[in-house]
Amino acid sequence: MSRIVLGIESSCDETGVGLVRLADDGTVELLADEVASSVEQHARFGGVVPEVASRAHLEAMVPTAERAFAKAGLTLSDVDAIAVTAGPGLAGALLVGVAAAKAYAAALDVPLYGVNHLAGHIAVDTLQHGPLPKPCLALLVSGGHSQLLRVDDVASGIVELGSTVDDAAGEAYDKVARLLGLPYPGGPPIDKAAADGNPEAIAFPRGMTGPRDAKFDFSFSGLKTAVARWVEGARRRGEEIPVADVAASFQEAVADVLTAKAVRAATESGIGTLVISGGVAANSRLSALAAQRCAEAGIELRVPRPRLCTDNGAMIAALGAHVVAAGRKPSGLDISANPALPVDTIVV
Amino acid sequence: MLVLALDTSTPAVTAGVVTVSADGVTVLAERVTIDARAHGELLTPHLLAATESAGVTLRELDALVCGVGPGPFTGLRAGMATAAALGHSLGIPVHPVCSLDAIAAEVTAGEPFLVVTDARRREVYWAAYDAGGTRTRGPEVSPPADVDDPARVAAGQQAPAVGRTVAEPAYPTPAGLARAAAGRLLSGATPDLLTPLYLRRPDAVEPGAPKRVTTP
Ligand SMILES: [Zn+2]
Repeated sequence: MSRIVLGIESSCDETGVGLVRLADDGTVELLADEVASSVEQHARFGGVVPEVASRAHLEAMVPTAERAFAKAGLTLSDVDAIAVTAGPGLAGALLVGVAAAKAYAAALDVPLYGVNHLAGHIAVDTLQHGPLPKPCLALLVSGGHSQLLRVDDVASGIVELGSTVDDAAGEAYDKVARLLGLPYPGGPPIDKAAADGNPEAIAFPRGMTGPRDAKFDFSFSGLKTAVARWVEGARRRGEEIPVADVAASFQEAVADVLTAKAVRAATESGIGTLVISGGVAANSRLSALAAQRCAEAGIELRVPRPRLCTDNGAMIAALGAHVVAAGRKPSGLDISANPALPVDTIVV
Repeated sequence: MLVLALDTSTPAVTAGVVTVSADGVTVLAERVTIDARAHGELLTPHLLAATESAGVTLRELDALVCGVGPGPFTGLRAGMATAAALGHSLGIPVHPVCSLDAIAAEVTAGEPFLVVTDARRREVYWAAYDAGGTRTRGPEVSPPADVDDPARVAAGQQAPAVGRTVAEPAYPTPAGLARAAAGRLLSGATPDLLTPLYLRRPDAVEPGAPKRVTTP
């Protein structure tokens, strides 16, 4: 008998509610994926304001859930299990989703699974491309995360190979966009500006690529500073800033490092599949360069469609379904949100 | 009618099952823990323990009452998110109550009084009530020294901070929450919007120009 899993996500600025159907053969089908975003409320601050996000989550939680059930043509009594993001993320934001999920689980008398947001970004790919090969490699890139992960089983075994030592990749996009006078969030406008630019116009540094640097860690802070220095220099000389060239050269540096490290990790560990997920996965240069380098190395590349890559409830529902299928023990109704939940803790 | 009352606007994590009728409010069971950092963890276990102890199930509830503050935001939202999701999944109304009114409903001062709770940052949330317990001013947020109402009695956890004669209770109780909502519960009125009484804007500053990284 198939089971319906409700997924609730509130780790950052998107309130997400997803519904999936877990079939007896373990396949997971997407039924609804509703998101309410507070991104516009954060734009003038140039980044996510935690209190603003938390307020928006509380307002949006039940209406978003109602939309998801309407979309799926289901009622609450159809739900067999609930998954909620327990971390990592913003403390006050996570708490809203966790509190709501506990109440839904208590009222519906179904098991609750507090799950890891990062694992959700990987599990979501199964909604589009089917079961993940075991093992596979995952590159998560967004405003909040930049991680290279070895995924032995998305429901039970994820190991971090590397992560950013400073800014997340998406954060670097936001900061560079601000330098160039482009709007927040910075990813889409930089991608758009870069389309008309020369990626080789300026040789920006590739962070953490020296022989003594950690092989699979990232650093984007130096790159961001290098862009700032270059832009200030040009301004001081009274030159007009070649926004397209700066954007393209910056984007090239980010994509170069991310894909080089990911492909190297796959090659060295003999893993044949790379999944790229998170908000920055939608970046056109990152996906193009990843496709090219994966093809050269004989690696299968899987990138979920953009709507699934950004934070949403479907990814949490999908992970919940895999966790249910794996027979993992449910969480208690006394769990707390953990803003720093490590990636190897997939269920709290 | 069978009502579940919740409040997380103060350090008390409060859940109670009560019956509300024209004759008054009767508490069947309650679970309260004073721990300002455990609202997220404890509220659902508390409300399940209270319903079990009362010998009822959540599905038997007719309505919810939820304190909507004012109170420290993060804890407050734990209770409100819980109440909103319970109301949605059980298909029953959720009646919002000003948490200071819930405290006031249990005060027996016999004269005008204040309710004063902790707003952190050396400020208090407060409101003024007449001898009958009807709110006449507030809720407001201010330093304790700026509480300029002439009332001589104050209830609520921060009552000592405003130098008035201290009255009970210190925190909202399930009985007080239900009493504050009793009129609306019994009339079958459509509940007001379940919106927190924040009283403060989020702390957020718009950024200035990007910081220089080179020396001119
Ligand atoms: Zn994310």
